[in-house]
Amino acid sequence: MRYLPLTDTDRQEMLSVIGAETIDDLFIDVPAEARLSGTIAGLPDHASELAVERHMGALARKNLSAGEAPFFLGAGAYKHHVPASVDHLIQRGEFLTAYTPYQPEIAQGTLQVLFEFQTQVARLLGCDVANASMYDGSTACWEAIGMARRITRRGKALLSSGLHPHYVSVAQTMAKFTGDALVHHAPTLDAATDIDALIAGIDEDTSCVVVQYPDILGRIADLTPLADAAHAAGALLVAVVTEPVALGAIKAPGHMGADIVVGEGQSIGVGLQFGGPYLGLFACKQKYVRQMPGRLCGETVDAAGKRGFVLTLSTREQHIRREKATSNICTNSGLCALAFSIHMTLLGEKGLRELATLNHAMACQAADRLAKVPGVTLLNDSFFNEFTLVLSKDAREVVRNLADRGVLAGVSLGRLFPDASQIGHGLVVAVTETVTPEDIEALAAALEEELA
Amino acid sequence: MTMLKEGRPTAPQAVATGHMLPATATGNRALMLEEALIFEIGSTDTTGVDFADAPQVASRLGSLTRTDAIGLPGLSEQETVRHYTRLSRQNYAIDLGLFPLGSCTMKHNPRLNEKVARMPGFADIHPLQPQSTVQGALAVIHELARWLVTLTGMHSVAMSPKAGAHGELCGLLAIRAALEARGDARSVVLVPESAHGTNPATAAFCGYKVEDIPATPDGRVDLEALKARLGADVAAVMITNPNTCGLFERDMKVISDAVHAAGAFVYCDGANFNAIVGRVRPGDLGVDAMHINLHKTFSTPHGGGGPGSGPVVLSAALAPFAPLPFVEKQDDQFILVEEETAQDHHGQTFGRMVAFHGQMGMFTRALTYILSHGADGLRQVAGDAVLNANYILRSLEDVLDAPFGGSGPCMHEALFSDKGLAEGFTTLDIAKGLIDEGFHPMTMYFPLVVHGAMLVEPTETESKVALDQFIMALRSLAERAKAGDEALKGAPYHAPRRRLDETLAARKPVLSWTDPALAVAAE
Repeated sequence: MRYLPLTDTDRQEMLSVIGAETIDDLFIDVPAEARLSGTIAGLPDHASELAVERHMGALARKNLSAGEAPFFLGAGAYKHHVPASVDHLIQRGEFLTAYTPYQPEIAQGTLQVLFEFQTQVARLLGCDVANASMYDGSTACWEAIGMARRITRRGKALLSSGLHPHYVSVAQTMAKFTGDALVHHAPTLDAATDIDALIAGIDEDTSCVVVQYPDILGRIADLTPLADAAHAAGALLVAVVTEPVALGAIKAPGHMGADIVVGEGQSIGVGLQFGGPYLGLFACKQKYVRQMPGRLCGETVDAAGKRGFVLTLSTREQHIRREKATSNICTNSGLCALAFSIHMTLLGEKGLRELATLNHAMACQAADRLAKVPGVTLLNDSFFNEFTLVLSKDAREVVRNLADRGVLAGVSLGRLFPDASQIGHGLVVAVTETVTPEDIEALAAALEEELA
Repeated sequence: MTMLKEGRPTAPQAVATGHMLPATATGNRALMLEEALIFEIGSTDTTGVDFADAPQVASRLGSLTRTDAIGLPGLSEQETVRHYTRLSRQNYAIDLGLFPLGSCTMKHNPRLNEKVARMPGFADIHPLQPQSTVQGALAVIHELARWLVTLTGMHSVAMSPKAGAHGELCGLLAIRAALEARGDARSVVLVPESAHGTNPATAAFCGYKVEDIPATPDGRVDLEALKARLGADVAAVMITNPNTCGLFERDMKVISDAVHAAGAFVYCDGANFNAIVGRVRPGDLGVDAMHINLHKTFSTPHGGGGPGSGPVVLSAALAPFAPLPFVEKQDDQFILVEEETAQDHHGQTFGRMVAFHGQMGMFTRALTYILSHGADGLRQVAGDAVLNANYILRSLEDVLDAPFGGSGPCMHEALFSDKGLAEGFTTLDIAKGLIDEGFHPMTMYFPLVVHGAMLVEPTETESKVALDQFIMALRSLAERAKAGDEALKGAPYHAPRRRLDETLAARKPVLSWTDPALAVAAE
């Protein structure tokens, strides 16, 4: 019990101050029949640090980590190199073991980071303002749909077929309870995105159009016509970015007319971690800021006139507004936002552009090489660092078999869209700066054997 | 009892400091270093990283190449390390001292947890890898789930919610799905006045009308008022137990029975589970759903505002409606049940709440912590947490008003009010005074049922030496506030900043940095 500092002598002294005989006496308000007299059966007792580390290490070794194999998975979570200083800095106890900055005089470190983070995110996404983070991209996406409903007072959202299916599922789950109507179709294996179909679907009931950029198949398209069509009908454009590194190479959604831009920030500063914790990015036009969910950090001055930062506009939030809040979110992803911000500061605009250029170049090389494998066709005309291959057989089986050969090949569309068997031959392949030419050859060779 | 809505002062008053320190040219004060924004010290052509040269390829970006100046400044690695190290030193943290923020359970974050979470087998695996390559990760989720279910005496657990409020959402969605499955749509959720703000916000988010349940003078749910309100329109009652006054709801089982008899469900806010872990199983009290903040009870770090993790334990009645995905064990294999396989196993699920599988990085940390303590250690955790809180309560009730001090022991947090302070002195003054004394303030002005509430949660990881020092500091501040020591109104004096003007921040929001040169040019 190495994390419990009280000694038995301490406990006795404290009990005598309290006027109780035993610790059990302090639980007198718990009805006797609900009070457990001893430890819960069927669970082990305490263990040493060494023993626990051994147990957890054994479990960790049962996983094939991304660094151990040629690795090509993306679809909303990306393997990038995170500089060593990022993880070092987020482990400083003053960041790691601080709480939400409710006492700003002794939380200026966290608050200034959040102010810098908000500015970085707004600029990256091409928006006026960003919040201090959401749980992840999928929940940020749903919050954007809800925000569009509040702004337009309309309840129908059009979801692009290129939107990550988990994001669609999250929105569908919530919409069942809020009454929002969501229009969505599974994607088809076309080189072109569904922007024309979305434009055709916009009507006077539409609150927003939600489009992913680059989309789940890796395709990229100019969002300007979609933004124009949405605005002409009084609707908003919500853009979703699951790979923020892309915005070092391609135009920002906010600059193409998107009203709200949300995203998954994991790519910058945060490791894969089997899906979480990640961080949701959330940005919008200035005029909508009071409808935004989540925490916001703002600049102010202290009693001595010095610049400082505080959480602000909290009249939108649950601890003040209770049932009238814009969202129920409380804890968000502060430490992941810190990691994002540190990594972005290390990169700077120069480094971000170099990183994006390298990702794109490696992806182009991989796409060309893999398209030469018999039984493989490249779907995309355009892409950033992720593209879709159409295989001569079901990609789910191919992915499983290649894993047995020690190659982590990508994400099958069958896993992402189990109800859409017509696209089951699709394989989404991500290629980042961590992929080597040897990895690409290993994937090509394994695919060639598997599809032969 | 009534809710207090006037809130707390948000703008500093001009008060003479009483002592003037000589200024420095830089604004720095020895180890206390001022730090400019990255936008003021960095530049867009500076970078702290380097990459291999990109091979020359024909662009596939179409016409979408980004050509604008993005405006992201970079710093060299050394400057980056210094920038964030300097900023970190402007934060208070558990690693520096006692952090008695009521209802937040700021306990020590063991570093073994951090080490384990960074093992490549956990940190560097993709959520969509083939299941054969992530059996160890699925085993962690399964093992943690078994602990949570056993510790709470519940039927099953939904692991994916991202934080406490997200867990509340999960629980209420399961309740709503269960009601709809039996063709019994209901419209109202009852929430005690003392509840966390997330409770009513969550209920409203799920489309329910929220109604308050009053509290009794001894700080607990008014059972008779609750019974009188129950009816065919009530879907659920959300209760925090131990409650936000730091008291155990003695009538919990009676409440649950009455709620169930009325056809509704009991949601328990598990934010305060640290007080009873290993000693009381919520399942024995009739709870249908309860979130567990892994970042409170199970020691995963708060990180300056997250990430959290809020698994939700569920009763047998709600289990069929749990969200996807979840982990099952079949023979020696762990299976991730997601959309692809859900229809066969789990056709009544209310759906998916997040992309992927939840906060794996928090699961590894929480399981590491749980295995370290074991069943016996966790029982001692609750015992020591409650002991520490009662020690503070009884050590200070002669100088601070303890509104429920007469009704018996508190649980893991001690509640005081501002009654008895000199005219014009507030809870805020005491809180800011604590900053100067080297402590993080307690939770202030919450719960709303107590005037000028001060909610002190020391947690079990504080030594008696630390508690005695905190008690001494708070006693001194209480005495100063009762004596009308005007200097207290200017506190803090010794923090990186004096009181900040929150009113100004809200009236003219500045939410991102603008280059002053550009701002002038635009005018």
